[in-house]
Amino acid sequence: MTRARVFDLSAKAVAWAVAISTMVFLILIIGYVVIRGVPSIASVGLEFFTTAPRGIKMQGGVYPMIVSSIYLTVLSLVIAFPIGLGAAIYLAEYAGRGRFVELIRFSADLLSGVPSIVFGLFGLAFFVYFLKMGYSVLAGALTVFLMVLPTLVRTSEQAIKAVPRSYREASLALGASKWQTIRRVVLPSAAPGILTGVILAMGRAFGETAAVLFTAGSVPQTPASPLDGGRTLTVHLFYLATQGQIEDSFRVAAVLLFVVLGFNLTAGWMMARFRRRFG
Amino acid sequence: MASEVKFEKVDFYYGAFKAIDSLQLTILARKVSAFIGPSGCGKSTVLRMVNRTNELVAERTRLEGRVLIADENIYDGVDLFSLRKKVGMVFQRPNPFPKTVYENIAWAPRIHGVKRTDELDEIVEKSLKRAALWDQVKNKLKSSALSLSGGQQQRLCIARSIAVNPEVLLMDEPTSALDPRATARIEDLVEELKADYTIVIVTHSMQQAARISDSTAFFLSEGAGRPGRLIEFGETERVFTNPSSRLTEKYITGRFG
Ligand SMILES: Nc1ncnc2c1ncn2[C@@H]1O[C@H](COP(=O)(O)OP(=O)(O)OP(=O)(O)O)[C@@H](O)[C@H]1O
Ligand SMILES: [Mg+2]
Repeated sequence: MTRARVFDLSAKAVAWAVAISTMVFLILIIGYVVIRGVPSIASVGLEFFTTAPRGIKMQGGVYPMIVSSIYLTVLSLVIAFPIGLGAAIYLAEYAGRGRFVELIRFSADLLSGVPSIVFGLFGLAFFVYFLKMGYSVLAGALTVFLMVLPTLVRTSEQAIKAVPRSYREASLALGASKWQTIRRVVLPSAAPGILTGVILAMGRAFGETAAVLFTAGSVPQTPASPLDGGRTLTVHLFYLATQGQIEDSFRVAAVLLFVVLGFNLTAGWMMARFRRRFG
Repeated sequence: MASEVKFEKVDFYYGAFKAIDSLQLTILARKVSAFIGPSGCGKSTVLRMVNRTNELVAERTRLEGRVLIADENIYDGVDLFSLRKKVGMVFQRPNPFPKTVYENIAWAPRIHGVKRTDELDEIVEKSLKRAALWDQVKNKLKSSALSLSGGQQQRLCIARSIAVNPEVLLMDEPTSALDPRATARIEDLVEELKADYTIVIVTHSMQQAARISDSTAFFLSEGAGRPGRLIEFGETERVFTNPSSRLTEKYITGRFG
């Protein structure tokens, strides 16, 4: 065997080993959470999802936390989606390559790397105190909105830019305006990519802990309006774990895991469906 | 309604670069005109002048002189959207939208204001029939256009263009990405369509130009950085058998380009 060939084979072996061990770790983590969480949920029964926690040790269900988590996730994305998409359309289709635009892109990339607890601190100072929203789902959603916006903008921008030029050419040559072209050709073609970005953002919003603890609070109640505080599943898990209630924590962890898994599978399914239809 | 396209002393610039020099040319209605010439001589540029899409592919373009469609100067206060409705274009690579067959055809009529479903159905059927594609896709109207073969996709693009009743049909090397059979079908189609439209086709194939065009225009640029010029224009048969310019003869017989 030549040296090059030996090198080639060992590189392949290393890559393979890394890939396999990544998968093994992933399966181990998921499997562990499932094994410790699911039977435990089963022993509590359906009421785990439908009742509020009881007593000082928070036994019973996590219904208020599920509501808080969903409320916060949906609200933050309802705010983030139109703004993020608008910004992405602007950046991809109208902005060109000016200094100012590059600065916007650069800051977006920078912001997406800022630790979430820093966002949390900002949310606490700005939304909770300065704007007097108090600990509330709204303050939490706005903070999470700021957190997910940069990534949402950048993934959507890339999805829009990936739409072949030939589609735009065809559309414009048929007498469509630029906006008609964007709305009826570019955006539908970019939709799977944009959707993936949205679902990843949802996963991030749903899984966020620190920023939400600082802004939506930790009161284990079912929020009736955006101005009420709440305790998300993640924050609940945080409290349970710090109080040493490991068994209770794994139940919550299993729920979190399944929801995030659900987000990702939905994204995959929607994309596959879209691809089948449009080639 | 097919219209005549007339270029009157046209100079065309990309920024400071003069791409076309004093073009004088009349393209007859209900005829197929072929543009031939070596790469970079400006065939596509001249074609794109007719639907004003050079402005889309380049930042700064400038045109001097006049381009007339049915005696109306399209570079003088014309509405671009209705101009492009009047002038259809078919590209080198088939570029159907990633939508269904039906939606591809109904797309432009919708943009231009057709709303009623029965009316759209009728346009879709008529356009697909006109493009000799109906029989092959009538049961696949709801499938993705991208599932069609390359040749079918190109005919779909032709159907998409004629769905808004253009007066002129521009084709920029429409068969260069297709196999010989698909090419032959497009050529047959072009012959049929010329009864209703003014057709301009850019081609690198002398045989194709000879087969399907009534008139041929030969363009040439004397080297990089020099503008393209129209060397010769006339009835195809005459241009190919008895060219009046030595340059045309050289190109046709394959001695350069
Ligand atoms: N978007 C553009 N910006 C600047 N210059 C351009 C642009 N498009 C074409 N040109 C230049 O204009 C000249 C004519 O180009 P054009 O594409 O019209 O030639 P063509 O005859 O169609 O060539 P081909 O046979 O390769 O398609 C060339 O010198 C080309 O470099
Ligand atoms: Mg060309």
